[in-house]
Amino acid sequence: MNRIDEKFSALRGQGEKALIPFVTAGDPDLDTTFEVLRVLERSGADLIELGVPFSDPMADGPTIQRASERALQKGTSLPRILRMVREFRRHSEIPLILFGYYNPFFRYGLSHFTKEATEAGIDGILCVDLPPEESGELKAWTDARGLDIIFLLAPTSDVGRIRLVARQGRGFVYYVSVTGVTGARNRFEDRLHTQVARVRRYTSLPVGVGFGISTPGQAAWIASFADAAVVGSALIEVMERASNKREKVSRAGQFVARLKRAMNRVGKKAIGSRH
Amino acid sequence: MKNSKHLFSLRRAPDKQGHFGIYGGRYVSETLMPALIELEKAYGEVRRDPSFRREFRHYLHEYAGRETPLYLAERLTQRLGGARIYLKREDLCHTGAHKINNTLGQALLARRMGKRRIIAETGAGQHGVATATVAARFGLVCEIFMGKEDVERQALNVFRMKLLGAKVRVVESGSQTLKDAMNEALRDWVTYVRTTYYLIGSVAGPHPYPMMVRDFQSVIGREARRQLLAREGRLPDYLVACVGGGSNSMGLFYPFLKDKGVKMVGVEAAGLGLRSGRHAASILGGKVGVLHGSKSYLLQDRLGQIRHTHSIAAGLDYPGVGPELSYLRDRGRVRFVSATDREAADALQMLAEVEGIIPALESAHAVAAVVRLAPRLRRNQAIVVNLSGRGDKDMSTVGEYLGVKL
Repeated sequence: MNRIDEKFSALRGQGEKALIPFVTAGDPDLDTTFEVLRVLERSGADLIELGVPFSDPMADGPTIQRASERALQKGTSLPRILRMVREFRRHSEIPLILFGYYNPFFRYGLSHFTKEATEAGIDGILCVDLPPEESGELKAWTDARGLDIIFLLAPTSDVGRIRLVARQGRGFVYYVSVTGVTGARNRFEDRLHTQVARVRRYTSLPVGVGFGISTPGQAAWIASFADAAVVGSALIEVMERASNKREKVSRAGQFVARLKRAMNRVGKKAIGSRH
Repeated sequence: MKNSKHLFSLRRAPDKQGHFGIYGGRYVSETLMPALIELEKAYGEVRRDPSFRREFRHYLHEYAGRETPLYLAERLTQRLGGARIYLKREDLCHTGAHKINNTLGQALLARRMGKRRIIAETGAGQHGVATATVAARFGLVCEIFMGKEDVERQALNVFRMKLLGAKVRVVESGSQTLKDAMNEALRDWVTYVRTTYYLIGSVAGPHPYPMMVRDFQSVIGREARRQLLAREGRLPDYLVACVGGGSNSMGLFYPFLKDKGVKMVGVEAAGLGLRSGRHAASILGGKVGVLHGSKSYLLQDRLGQIRHTHSIAAGLDYPGVGPELSYLRDRGRVRFVSATDREAADALQMLAEVEGIIPALESAHAVAAVVRLAPRLRRNQAIVVNLSGRGDKDMSTVGEYLGVKL
């Protein structure tokens, strides 16, 4: 059992749902990201998605585009991110997922990349532009290294594709809440909970929901029917509004604590209603 | 190129998942996968449907003005003193470039699929104009994504698109050119995928686009082949075409792939020179990577971040290239050379002066390669060069380059 599986199973035992904050590594610099990771964990994050910045983030809305640009301007690169993770891992056992686009991983060399990621203490890899059909090469390496390869499902995915991801995916299934790019939203599809229920019929993996979740109320609602809520752009915007690095770190912590409290209020109620 | 079996195998690519050897494929977010599978299925059906083919042929003939002439450029041939040079006059197509071949095909397909809204990316604006044109013709809602830098250098085409009823969405992210326009179009598509048809203008992007755009553009090569056979009773010795994403080159090359004696040359944009780092020559200067849905040669740094590109020709100013061209290069079927901004501008002037034809700056790259190639060949040899577009849109760029105020 790896850290991701252990975490979900522990949460299930406690009747809690997972809060997964997303931050872009190196925004505004890797030292700050290191401090942000620590404060996220202290404030109630259960897993963390660490975004690897890419020059052409096609699946992202303006907020994560800006974060990626800031990170790249600071010279953030995959080797430097892994160095920071290695340091962070000395202090923490929280599951860490690298979230990015395929090309930087591919250029690094998949064998080399998966080896270094494992050694640094990464637990899972999620490539937003790598559907199961193209993932054979990466999956061979993640399987060999004991890393989880995590796939996305979307409102457009049919049963055939849900089955495909159920077969190929590890760790958890990342359900994209809306058709669109990442970024805060006011409205979700009303049928989101039935869509998540449909995914559950085909997989025993935990199902996390992401894209657009920005308030404690929304996170709590997601927690009432999914196993995890991913919050990215909203967290980045909270940090953007802070004027200095110390404030970025403390505000990130406060925001995540609020999200987690709201999720725990419903999470505990919803336990037992899953099956 | 030893045996013909090898050559026939080239024409069978891509495989079912859209792979040309190691290239191509579908590297997109999950949300788009069902749409691509639906598109692949719909295209597979119309491809074999005689009524669709009739309809497509009809519009190519009656609306786009095909077939285009294969014109023997006698004075250019004399000037260069070598092989006979034939120009495939795609610049005479409606809207002024080969792009209309593909937009007609895809608009007919979109209509059959019941999609009412069309989006497209554009660099030079030729594909944007060709898309806005067919959208107007078939009564479809149309939005064109265009980088801010391109909007500025291609003001004429921006105005044309607006006249045609399209909305032009100015893209201010990244390098503000074609690749960023494509990022933004993909973001729009992933949001409105259920109602929107994404009309990609090059042999790039995820499967089935590289195959489908190639097929729609293959009319160029089929005509050229038939025309030269009728005229000279033989096939050309060389085909020459500029390569940005690669749609005009694949359209010319594809019908000749199995013809052993026909050599093919793709001309990439060397910008300020391949060594300057300011160019757009993906195959000559790039490494294999993944961008915009497919694996291909890509201009990128050591860490896999996409590099900014430069070319005087907006339509070539793109860090990637169609996956099939990467495949044909590795298989040794297409040879790649490059032409600089300066060589392209010189070639444009030469063709204007000796033939009375002003090519697009993109096509001028192909002409520049012919200027170097033709004198080295014998007089009984023949070159077909794809004159993919006309130069009207480039007059302010060329004027500025030559230091002339318009």
